[in-house]
Amino acid sequence: MNNPYMPRPYTLIATQKETEIDSTFVFEAKDRFVGGQFMQVSLPGVGEAPISISDFDADTLTMTIRKVGRVTDRLFAMKPGETLYMRGPYGNGFKQAWFKDKDMVVIAGGTGLAPVKNTIDTFISNQAAIKGLQIIVGFKSPKDVLFKDMLHKWQEQVPIILTVDQGDDTWPYKVGLIPSHIKDLDLSDVENKTVILVGPPMMMKFTTLELLRLGFAEENIWVSFERKMSCGIGKCGHCKIDETYVCLEGPVFNYTKAKTLLD
Amino acid sequence: MGYELTQQEMKAYFKTLTKQYRLVGPIREKAKGSFSDTDKIVYGVFEDIEDLVLEEKAFYSPKEFLMPIRETLFHFIDGQIVEPKIDTKPILIFARPCDLNGIRRLDTIFLKNGDIKDAYYERRRQLVKYVMIECREGFDTCFCVSMGSNTYTDYEAAIRFEGDHSLLEVVDSTLVTQDLSRVRKTDFVPEYIKENKVKVEIPPTDKVNKSLFEHPLWKEYTRRCIACGRCNTSCITCSCFTMQDVEVSDDGLLDERRRVWASCHIKGYTDMAGGHGFRKQNGERMRFKTMHKINDYHKRFGEHMCVGCGRCDDVCPEYISFSKCINKLSEIIKEESHE
Repeated sequence: MNNPYMPRPYTLIATQKETEIDSTFVFEAKDRFVGGQFMQVSLPGVGEAPISISDFDADTLTMTIRKVGRVTDRLFAMKPGETLYMRGPYGNGFKQAWFKDKDMVVIAGGTGLAPVKNTIDTFISNQAAIKGLQIIVGFKSPKDVLFKDMLHKWQEQVPIILTVDQGDDTWPYKVGLIPSHIKDLDLSDVENKTVILVGPPMMMKFTTLELLRLGFAEENIWVSFERKMSCGIGKCGHCKIDETYVCLEGPVFNYTKAKTLLD
Repeated sequence: MGYELTQQEMKAYFKTLTKQYRLVGPIREKAKGSFSDTDKIVYGVFEDIEDLVLEEKAFYSPKEFLMPIRETLFHFIDGQIVEPKIDTKPILIFARPCDLNGIRRLDTIFLKNGDIKDAYYERRRQLVKYVMIECREGFDTCFCVSMGSNTYTDYEAAIRFEGDHSLLEVVDSTLVTQDLSRVRKTDFVPEYIKENKVKVEIPPTDKVNKSLFEHPLWKEYTRRCIACGRCNTSCITCSCFTMQDVEVSDDGLLDERRRVWASCHIKGYTDMAGGHGFRKQNGERMRFKTMHKINDYHKRFGEHMCVGCGRCDDVCPEYISFSKCINKLSEIIKEESHE
């Protein structure tokens, strides 16, 4: 049987604690990925969960995961050298061709940074392929910040607005919700700037409203959706919105399409 | 080729077929009804053609023979992943045109939605042939004619049960047994129902816009629907499922992954880890289902998902009528486009 649900074994080679509830897991993997795609992480007897790919290279696959459910609870107990199962990758991902020669703005909230990490890295390491890059990254509080080292590296190369909803005495960066900082970007030629936007539903909603208010064009905004999925291949029905299956046509959508998708 | 069979010839013919096939059709489960001393008509395996129940509509559809309520996808045995075997004896499903059209919708989702085929569905589907039960009158809640699913021509055989004799058309030559060489040949072509008591008017898909999502119509269903999911489980075209992993042994050496039927009306259908979900109101779920059945599916595949079998109306404990919902929606759209 040519079984699309058959999970394949992957060896965990490293873990990195990011926050109290988020960790990064690196697996041995030779598959080909696109940033923004997802895997069905599959733990026998525990369950499956769709988890976005945060990074990859020719030999590894990296996922930054929050401990929020049955599958991720068990995942957090795993040690390097152990094996887990996955199937995928699924979904379209952020295709680099969409962003060639574009003046990019990447906006990520919380764990929404994970699915765009590889895309940002690719932009930074190959800046000739795009016209420009600005980044806004927001977290709830200083203790929720992901990829601290990486953020510092990015800061040396591109303008980044790093903000938290609520700061503390030691927080040296911005405070406030992401939408309140968009006006601080370089907004020259705003109608030709291209945005990648990923984060929690409310953050995405209000950020989009602010982007449109400031003159960004709908067709230049790209968003990524998160929905419940049991299959990842267009059968189980959970991620369907209207005539669209998030697992098949998404999870990345152009805003002109995304705005029509009402759950 | 058409045949006219006496009751005895009919019994003998299908008796012979049971050697090759599991016969599946609407049968009576004694005292299994929702109320005391009532029976339930369900799809099940039978041996004797006289066990078929034709005077009532089956409470459930035949879909469970293609996508079981609970299907084990994998046994995890001490590190090994094992695909369960299934009974490979072919199945002959006796069903009316509405259900056969419904199974075509299931084929579409499992085999044609996206590039990847659902292998578990496909291996069951390959075992099935269909005997179409001629349906010229239907039942009180049927609206197959409005949905265009009153006719079906892709059957392997068709049958008209008429008191002491029956008429049979056999298209698939492998279903022609020795029993048929002795019976009277006749020209039999099945007829189809031309008019139901219930009629629905489907709003044109290009007239359905997102402003309808906010219409007070759906609030009525928030008050009435109790989110039991019966409409989904009885529906021939509802095909959603959820993965479910189970620890079978305490020592952790035996686990199982299953898929179980899911219902878009039942709480938790869209809930993700962390708690975020969509469509909290039961009326929103009714809207989601309605749109899928008579709008979204059509936009994606070019035909409506609903086949008008009317089971959702039959089974709803709150007496919600789907056909009335469709007609109300149609009226609303007409009124709005006149304004």
